[in-house]
Amino acid sequence: MIRQHLAETASVAETVSTPAAETDWSGSSTSLTVRESLRDAMAEEMRRDENVFIMGEEVAEYQGAYKVTQGLLDEFGSKRVIDTPITEQGFAGLGVGAAFGELRPIVEFMTFNFAMQAIDQIINSAAKTLYMSGGQMGCPIVFRGPNGAASRVAAQHSQCFASWYAHCPGLKVVAPYSAADAKGLLKAAIRDPNPIIFLEHEVLYSQSFDVPDDDDWVVPIGKANILQSGSDVTIVAFSIMVGRALEAADRLAEQGISAEVIDLRSIRPLDSATIVESVKKTSRLVTCEEGFPFAGIGAEIAMQVMEQAFDWLDAPIARVTGKDVPMPYAANLEAMALPQIDDIVAAARTTCDGFKG
Amino acid sequence: MTAKAETKRKRGPGRPPKTVVSGVNDMPPTENLVAMYKDMLLIRRFEEKAGQLYGMGQIGGFCHLYIGQEAVVVGLQSASKPGDTVVTSYRDHGHMLACGMDADGVMAELTGREGGYSRGKGGSMHMFSREKNFFGGHGIVGAQVPIGVGLAFSHKYKNEPNVCMTYLGDGAVNQGQVYESFNMAALWSLPVVFVIENNQYGMGTKVTRAAAGRALADRGMAYGILGKQVDGMDVLAVRTAALEALAHCRDGNGPYILEMKTYRYRGHSMSDPAKYRTREEVDAMRKQHDPIDQIRDLLKNQHVDDARLKEIDSDVKATVTKATEFAQTSPEPDPSELFTDILLPLTDNKLVAKV
Repeated sequence: MIRQHLAETASVAETVSTPAAETDWSGSSTSLTVRESLRDAMAEEMRRDENVFIMGEEVAEYQGAYKVTQGLLDEFGSKRVIDTPITEQGFAGLGVGAAFGELRPIVEFMTFNFAMQAIDQIINSAAKTLYMSGGQMGCPIVFRGPNGAASRVAAQHSQCFASWYAHCPGLKVVAPYSAADAKGLLKAAIRDPNPIIFLEHEVLYSQSFDVPDDDDWVVPIGKANILQSGSDVTIVAFSIMVGRALEAADRLAEQGISAEVIDLRSIRPLDSATIVESVKKTSRLVTCEEGFPFAGIGAEIAMQVMEQAFDWLDAPIARVTGKDVPMPYAANLEAMALPQIDDIVAAARTTCDGFKG
Repeated sequence: MTAKAETKRKRGPGRPPKTVVSGVNDMPPTENLVAMYKDMLLIRRFEEKAGQLYGMGQIGGFCHLYIGQEAVVVGLQSASKPGDTVVTSYRDHGHMLACGMDADGVMAELTGREGGYSRGKGGSMHMFSREKNFFGGHGIVGAQVPIGVGLAFSHKYKNEPNVCMTYLGDGAVNQGQVYESFNMAALWSLPVVFVIENNQYGMGTKVTRAAAGRALADRGMAYGILGKQVDGMDVLAVRTAALEALAHCRDGNGPYILEMKTYRYRGHSMSDPAKYRTREEVDAMRKQHDPIDQIRDLLKNQHVDDARLKEIDSDVKATVTKATEFAQTSPEPDPSELFTDILLPLTDNKLVAKV
């Protein structure tokens, strides 16, 4: 009775239903880097809708600080590919105003660390105005750029912001791993009538994946992807942690533990249905993220699974996160601060050992 | 012409100007003057009623009244053209009425009712009307300024012949994002008029205690933005300056700053007893510079008789009475409204969930 009441008053009220997954692709594919797939997504959507434009620091003449916007200036010109001054709060707010003015801005932050300068515009202006206007003021805007830990840049340039943005109603938060998802989700984000936080990862930019040869390849926001099926433990990850989770699953397999790996792809809306279904099968759950543990994405997932699948759990849920410290510079300390494959393996083993059978 | 040469910069930010800006003498026809008078009177009476309703506990939270500043928004809006956009901060009821928004809907939003412009979910500081090109109503000091530049960006991007009028107060001019906005607006020649409503107090802090340098109109000088100080208690001076600024923007010359020297008679918000200024200072402004008295005198000089003025008075009263009744009788929002308007539904065929 109490449990039923808890389920009914679940603390997070998602206002959109879980979408259907994208159709399985059976056509030809090309191996592309995440960087190229993001660029292709923007170029295709800019060809499709002349109200789509991109602005940010070094996006035009420099071709992108991380070369994600390579070639866009040549094709679309300086009206639609706009170099901004270093003025994050200003151009984030300008983007919000342009979206209110029925354009479809893509605002690139050189990294999401700098978006903290702009977070008032993102939260107070972009995310809340639809509600405060009784539904009049939609804000179709994409804020995108690299998020999470880069290499050896210390605390101010190395941080995951997924839980910051996922905390706030009125935003959708996306964090793809593969190039196919990066492309399909960015296209979905540009077409979405709501403000989207699109979290990329610097370390993933040069990794290659097969991407469908389809200029209408769209991946729905809010649908997780089961990358590997398993029966003993569920490992949930997003962004760069997906690659580590897959490697951890391989090592676990060698030790006789069958792990199911779920790539969340979207942080909000969170596809809790897919996680819960998996937990009902495996009875064990490990969450992975680069961010800090306190009030992180893992904490939210653990709460939702407790609300929706308490009786199916055979072990406490385990979190693999970044350490609760500002990112250190020294190579050895940095490696210790970041969640590694071994940490995932160890966490998965803990959920299995001593509880199995 | 340089900004320096163009800008009136004789006085510091604290004192009211003695002179009206130079420029074309655009005396509107009497009927237009009558309309402006009526708009100003409506704002005054509306705000007085809002103050009463607040005192009766029918309006909650923050409520910032525009009484004393009516000439600014009415003068500016009288110079605007269809399609021009407006954005402001939270002392915004006057701007909504001057943009032609319905008094019923504004008052019902103040009382938090279903019939309000934001269906009761925004309140005093957060109202919008796409139909009237009014883009808020923003609660964070200065945050409306980049948004206004973004609206101007969209006018230019779409080749529209329109200007965004971006209002900010003398408190907001010390926010960093205002200068980020000035820079981008000037860099990209965006059609935006920054209207600084200098009512001399940012909450309880007199502008001379908060703003270094000279006139606030000069704040765009480093970016090459022309600025003018205007007697914001004189609706015709406001209108003349607005026509000049808007023409400048419409001709593709980039942004323009108008510093309106004005005064608010009431406290910053309803909870402010305004002890940071003397009774005499407020009385002197009311008696010698009241914007509504000034335009009424002008109308009398133009032979608008007492009967006509009384008729306007009673029309305005009737509008406010009707708005009040509507705001008191419109129901509270349905509980189901709690979870609506958080995200818009998808419209793209590829993205809509297949059921």
